[in-house]
Amino acid sequence: MKLTGAQALIKSLEMEGVEVMFGLPGGCILPVYDPIIDSPIRHILVRHEQGAGHMAEGYAHVTGKPGVAMVTSGPAATNIVTPLCDAYMDSVPMVVITGQVNTFAIGSDAFQECDTTGITQAVTKHNWLVTDAADIPLVVREAFHIANTGRPGPVLIDLPKDVANQLMEWQWPTDADVDADLPGYKPTTKGNGRMIREAARMIAAAERPVIYAGGGILKARAAEALRELAELTGIPVVTTLMARGAFPDSHPLALGMPGMHGNYTAVTSMQKADLLIALGSRFDDRVTGKVDAFAPGAKIVHVDIDPAELGKVRRPDVPIVGDCRSVIEEITQALRQLAAAEDAAPPPDRGPWLAQIRDWQARFPLHYEMAEDDRFLKPQFVIETLRENTPEDVILASGVGQHQMWASQHFRFEHPYTWVNSGGLGTMGFAVPAAIGAKVGRPDRMVWAVDGDGCFQMTAQELVTASAERIPVKIAILNNAYLGMVRQWQELFYEERYSEVYLSPDLPDYVKWAEAMGCVGLRVEHAEEVQPAIEKANSIDDRPVVIDFRTDSREKVYPMVPAGGSNDDIILGPSQGEGGR
Amino acid sequence: MSATSPGRHTTARHHILSVLVENKAGVLARVSGLFSRRGYNIYSLAVAPTDDDRFSRITIVVDVGGTTLEQITKQLFKLINVVKINELDPAESTEMELALATVRADAGSRGEIIEMVNVFGGHIVDVSHDALTVSVADAPARVDDFEELMRAYGIVELQRTGRVALPKLDRQAPRLRSVTGKVG
Repeated sequence: MKLTGAQALIKSLEMEGVEVMFGLPGGCILPVYDPIIDSPIRHILVRHEQGAGHMAEGYAHVTGKPGVAMVTSGPAATNIVTPLCDAYMDSVPMVVITGQVNTFAIGSDAFQECDTTGITQAVTKHNWLVTDAADIPLVVREAFHIANTGRPGPVLIDLPKDVANQLMEWQWPTDADVDADLPGYKPTTKGNGRMIREAARMIAAAERPVIYAGGGILKARAAEALRELAELTGIPVVTTLMARGAFPDSHPLALGMPGMHGNYTAVTSMQKADLLIALGSRFDDRVTGKVDAFAPGAKIVHVDIDPAELGKVRRPDVPIVGDCRSVIEEITQALRQLAAAEDAAPPPDRGPWLAQIRDWQARFPLHYEMAEDDRFLKPQFVIETLRENTPEDVILASGVGQHQMWASQHFRFEHPYTWVNSGGLGTMGFAVPAAIGAKVGRPDRMVWAVDGDGCFQMTAQELVTASAERIPVKIAILNNAYLGMVRQWQELFYEERYSEVYLSPDLPDYVKWAEAMGCVGLRVEHAEEVQPAIEKANSIDDRPVVIDFRTDSREKVYPMVPAGGSNDDIILGPSQGEGGR
Repeated sequence: MSATSPGRHTTARHHILSVLVENKAGVLARVSGLFSRRGYNIYSLAVAPTDDDRFSRITIVVDVGGTTLEQITKQLFKLINVVKINELDPAESTEMELALATVRADAGSRGEIIEMVNVFGGHIVDVSHDALTVSVADAPARVDDFEELMRAYGIVELQRTGRVALPKLDRQAPRLRSVTGKVG
C-alpha cells in the first residue's frame, strides 16, 4: 500500500492508539493536516502553540498516556519549546510533531525555518529529523516507546514538507525492528536483588525512618505499592509537589508536602530522620534547601529508574535503579521475608519517633488567619472551600507561584493523578491549558484550575479553545493584583521595595474577558460568596467558568525556608519575624 | 621532561571516556551539547567510524573529579544514540595522538630539526626554504615532549588531533585447561 508521508504519520499515530491531539496548522505541516479530516483521531485546535503543548501535558498527567501535539515549523516550533522543557523537567510523556521546510531548503534560512531539532535537543528525551518518508512508521513507534518507557519524557519528530508529500510503501514495524534500531536504549526496570535485600534490612532496623515519595511513584503507577509498604512498616510518608495524591492526605501516615513551602512536620521529620527512603524523588533544591544541611543524620535508600539521579545531589547508601512499582513491591516482599525469618532481629521501637511526629503535627499545623473584617478574602480559605465543595476525585490543575503552593498545601489530595502542575520548570500559565488537556483526558471527572492573575494572563486565550470545543473546565483565579510570589520575596528579602510586581485587580476585567471567550464569568469579593460561586460553577457543564476571587495581596505563603537556607531554619509565619529579619 | 612524566596534557584530573555511539546525523552535537549544558569541560575529542559502520567511537578527554565523572557518564548514557561507554584508565590503556607542526627551519637549524623528528619516529611532510611541516604520532606525553622541543625553533602552526585510546590487551597467558578423565 502506497501512502504519502503525511498519511503514514497519521496512520502511525492511529496504530499507536492516539485518540486525541492538540495542535495548530501552518505552512510546512499543511500536508499532515489533510489526512486528519479522514482520521478518527480528535484534533483540538488551540489558539497558541504553547497551549497545545501544555494541553498534551495535562492529558498525559491524568491518563498516563503520552500527550500528542502537532504544530508547524519556525515560530510554532519555538512556541512549543516551553512545554517541551516543562515536560522534560517533570518527566511527562509527550510526542510533539513539528513541520519543517523542504529538505532541500534546510539550512538556507527559508521562510519559517528554524533548527527545531537543534533547539529542542536539550529539552527532549530524544528527537528526530525525518528525511525519508519510509522511516516514518519506525520513528513514530520509537517516539512513543521512548516517551513512555524508562524515565518518561517528551520527544519530538520534525517532518519536512517534502517528506510529508513523498510516497512510501506502508509497513508497520515490529518490536524487533524497534529494538534493532535502538541499540543504546535499554532502561533497567528490575532492581538489583542484593540492593533490595540491603534496603529491606536498613528499613527494618531504622528507628526514625521517613518515606520521601516523589513524582516517580505516579509515573510508575506505584501508589498502591507505596501504600502497602507504608502500612506494612508503619513508616510515615512525605509527598513532594510532584507526588501530591500519590498517598492520600487523609491517611494517618501522611505527612504532606516537604520543601521550601512544605509543612513543619514534613520538613522537620526529614531533617531528623535516621533513614530516608527516597522513592522516585530527585533531591530537588526546593526540597533539600541547603544540601549540606539536609537530613544530616539520615542514611539514604534511593530508588529511581534514572541511574543519573542516584548520587546526583546526595550519595545514597543503597542505590537501586529500577521501576518504582516493581522495586517497592520487592522491598515489601523482602521485608516480609525478613520478619518471618527465624533469626529475625526484634523490630526497633519507633514509638518515640511517631510520638514526636504527632507532637509536631499538633503544635505546628498549616494555618492561616482569617481577616478580622470581611474586606480581605484569604486565598487559603478559597482553596479549602473549593476542596469542601468538589468531589473527592476532582482533578486540580495549577499555575506557578503562591496560588500553586496554597493549592498544594491546603487542597487535600486523596487520589493519584488528581494534581496537575508544573513543578520543575515552574511555568507560569500552565494551569489553563493543562486543565483543558486533563479534562479531555478524563471527561468523566470534574476539572478545576487554581490560577494566579499573573499566570492567567499568560495563556487565558486557550479558554477560547475550551469554549469552542465544549471542554467545561473551571478556573479559580486567586486575583491578588500582584505577581504574588515575587512580591513576597521583595517584601521579605528586598526591604519591601516592590519592583514591577503590581498588576491591578481590575485590569483586565476578568469577568468580561471570560465572557468574551465564551465562558461564564463570576466575581467574588467576600468570604460568604465563595461557596455559592463554586456551587454555581459546578452546576455549569456546557462551557468553561472563570471565577475572579479578589484575594488579600498581603497574604504570604508559609511555612517558608529561605532560598539557600537550611531546612532547620524554617519560618512558620509572620509571627516569627517576617522572614527572620 | 622525561617521556613518561605527566606533561601538561596529562594531569591527574584527566579522564578518558571511550564512547561508542550510533553513526547517525547529529550525534556528535548531542554529545558535545550535553557537556556544555551540564557545565562539563571537554579537554579533547576525537571521533571516527569504527570497523562496524553502524557505530562511531568518540574518545573524549575530560577534566573533572571523580564524582562529576560518574554524573557525566550517567548523563551520556541517557542519550539514546550512546550505545556503550568505557572509562579508560590511562595506566590500563594504549593512547595515541597525532601532531602536525610547521616549524621555522632555516639552513642552520634544519638539520637539527630533522634529527629530532627522526628520534621521535616522525615524518617530514612538507618543506619550504624557511620552514618544515612535521608530523609525530605517539603517546600524548611523548607528543607533549616533541612539542616542547619544537617550540625552541619557533612553531608557526600546530594542530593536535586529541587522543584516541583503546584498553590495553590482557597480558596474562591463557589459562591451561585442566585435563580430566582417564590418563593413559
